[in-house]
Amino acid sequence: MAQIFHRSTNTISRLSIFGGIFLVAGLIGLFAVLDRSSYNTGVGVVLAQPIPFSHDHHTAALGISCVYCHTSVEDSAFAGIPPTATCMNCHNLIWNQSPMLAAVRESYRTGEPIRWTRVHDLPDYVYFNHGIHVAKGIGCESCHGRVDLMPLIMKTESLQMEWCLDCHRQPESRVRPLSEIYTMGWRPEHADQGTRLIAEHDINSKVSCSTCHR
Amino acid sequence: MSVDDRMVPHKPAVIAPGHTSATVSDQIGEIVFRKTPRWWYFAFGGSFVLVMLLLMALTKLLVEGTGIWGLNNPVGWGFAIINFVWWIGIGHAGTLISAILLLLRQEWRTSINRFAEAMTLFAVACAGLYPLIHVGRPWLAYWLLPYPNTMGMWPQFRSPLVWDVFAVSTYATVSLLFWYVGLIPDLATLRDRSRSPLKQKIYGMLAMGWRGSAAHWHNYETAYLLLAGLATPLVVSVHTVVSFDFAVGQLPGWHATIFPPYFVAGAIFAGFAMVLTLAIPLRAVFNLHDFITIRHIQNMCKVMLATGLIVAYGYLVEIFMAWYSGHWLEQFMILNRITGPYRYHWWALILCNILVVQLLWIRRVRTNPVTAWIIAMFVNVGMWLERFVIVVTSLHRDFLPSSWGMYSGTFWDWATFIGSIGLFLALLFLFLRFLPMISIFEMRTILPKGESKS
Repeated sequence: MAQIFHRSTNTISRLSIFGGIFLVAGLIGLFAVLDRSSYNTGVGVVLAQPIPFSHDHHTAALGISCVYCHTSVEDSAFAGIPPTATCMNCHNLIWNQSPMLAAVRESYRTGEPIRWTRVHDLPDYVYFNHGIHVAKGIGCESCHGRVDLMPLIMKTESLQMEWCLDCHRQPESRVRPLSEIYTMGWRPEHADQGTRLIAEHDINSKVSCSTCHR
Repeated sequence: MSVDDRMVPHKPAVIAPGHTSATVSDQIGEIVFRKTPRWWYFAFGGSFVLVMLLLMALTKLLVEGTGIWGLNNPVGWGFAIINFVWWIGIGHAGTLISAILLLLRQEWRTSINRFAEAMTLFAVACAGLYPLIHVGRPWLAYWLLPYPNTMGMWPQFRSPLVWDVFAVSTYATVSLLFWYVGLIPDLATLRDRSRSPLKQKIYGMLAMGWRGSAAHWHNYETAYLLLAGLATPLVVSVHTVVSFDFAVGQLPGWHATIFPPYFVAGAIFAGFAMVLTLAIPLRAVFNLHDFITIRHIQNMCKVMLATGLIVAYGYLVEIFMAWYSGHWLEQFMILNRITGPYRYHWWALILCNILVVQLLWIRRVRTNPVTAWIIAMFVNVGMWLERFVIVVTSLHRDFLPSSWGMYSGTFWDWATFIGSIGLFLALLFLFLRFLPMISIFEMRTILPKGESKS
């Protein structure tokens, strides 16, 4: 009887056994990497905005505080996106002819808000409150990164649940004095400062499901 | 039974006289190669229609959600868990027959182990379907597995539902390996006997280069015994873990230490009932009276009788413990089971699982294929009712009478259940058509002159 299979089948079948294992392991690894990559999370990706607003210029160069525009960050769930009127406080006097700001003036004239593209967008099934985080000593920088170094705004953190839990499970790693909330590039003064601030701010970090998924 | 028992003249043999290696290979192998009999098309077609019903029910479920089922408050567990436990119980006979009876050198297992293992796989496949669909969002069912996810979370390892995932997936994997390893020499036989090049290639691929050399047989037997050793604890562990789904919950009627042994016995009971349900018609249509003898049927009936008595003991202990605990909630639960709104289910379960089975004490009943088959059918129904009674009667009378309710399956509950039976049968008919349902090479070893392999 003729051979059913060619001699090379021996090698192919042996290879396929090992190949199969590595393929499955590789696929799982690839999935884990892709899931955390900026392709999925959008970290470091600049989204198109109607006006190329520079946080770098307005904060680092001009010294405007975060709360000047994001007014409700201390006592509301939402930090707040400034109305066009806030822009016009300055821009009716300076750069008031700049073609780059035409859209701002247009919005001011018509009362139609500027449609910014949302950068930090949590899923709707997550309850998040800015107010409590600011009140307990979590600085803007901890979640939003060095906004003072960003000519164009982008995410620096994945906003994935493991990232939330990373801090909720050990808040002493991020907590800072209440006077330093808006400081960019703040560093702890000594190693156990976080632990002391936990007691001082009466922080009871919650990790139960219903804290965020209400 | 040891080898000596086979010498006792009044015992029917495990294989009819007059067979040789060649006739065994011919008669079993030929089933796969001969023209598909007409009844097969009807049988497969019928079960395929039920598979379509299952697909329809699943589509409806995915579109509309679990609201199409009869679940409510307080009965939050219904057909999905009942059917899961029923199927996984049925799946127990395969491993018991293939692993434990192999280690105990019960040679009569040889002619039933192959399709009992296949039946196990298909039953586990049907069982596995229910946990997947009952989570409500089956596309997220992989959350049950511990994998490095971006949620920074592990599954709740203190939950028996997670233990279930491991118990059942381990069981499915080991059963599949066991079945496949056992098939390899027979796949090689089919490869050598098939005429068409395509069949030679397919069976050849599946046979994984088996040549039947002494080295092959040596490796094979070592692997088979090792797998049997691995599978043996699984026979006990899987249904133990399944029983924890209930026993860990603090609910009267569930929170009982008798649950693990009583569930394991129930599983073997149900499994043997299903093996009989399938074996008796199969030996008739495929004319396998020489290989599946009256002795097999009688032995399986004996296992059923023994495990049935353990199950009966389980029921009695539940009633006894309700009285002995002195706790009015336990007592209420048992009284409500026996006399409450689901009393007919309970009495039907006692009839099917305890009373009818006692007929097997009579030799004439257990050596007659027809009566054995009817009793096995009673057990199939009874074991389903048992799970229904356990799940529903404990839930429907909540601790607060204001939360009491009633439960019954909807059309879609039944469609899913009957559809899964269709899936089971369809897989079984495909198996019968394309693979040898009795282990050819092992049958050769139990021929009167063959050496008993160890």
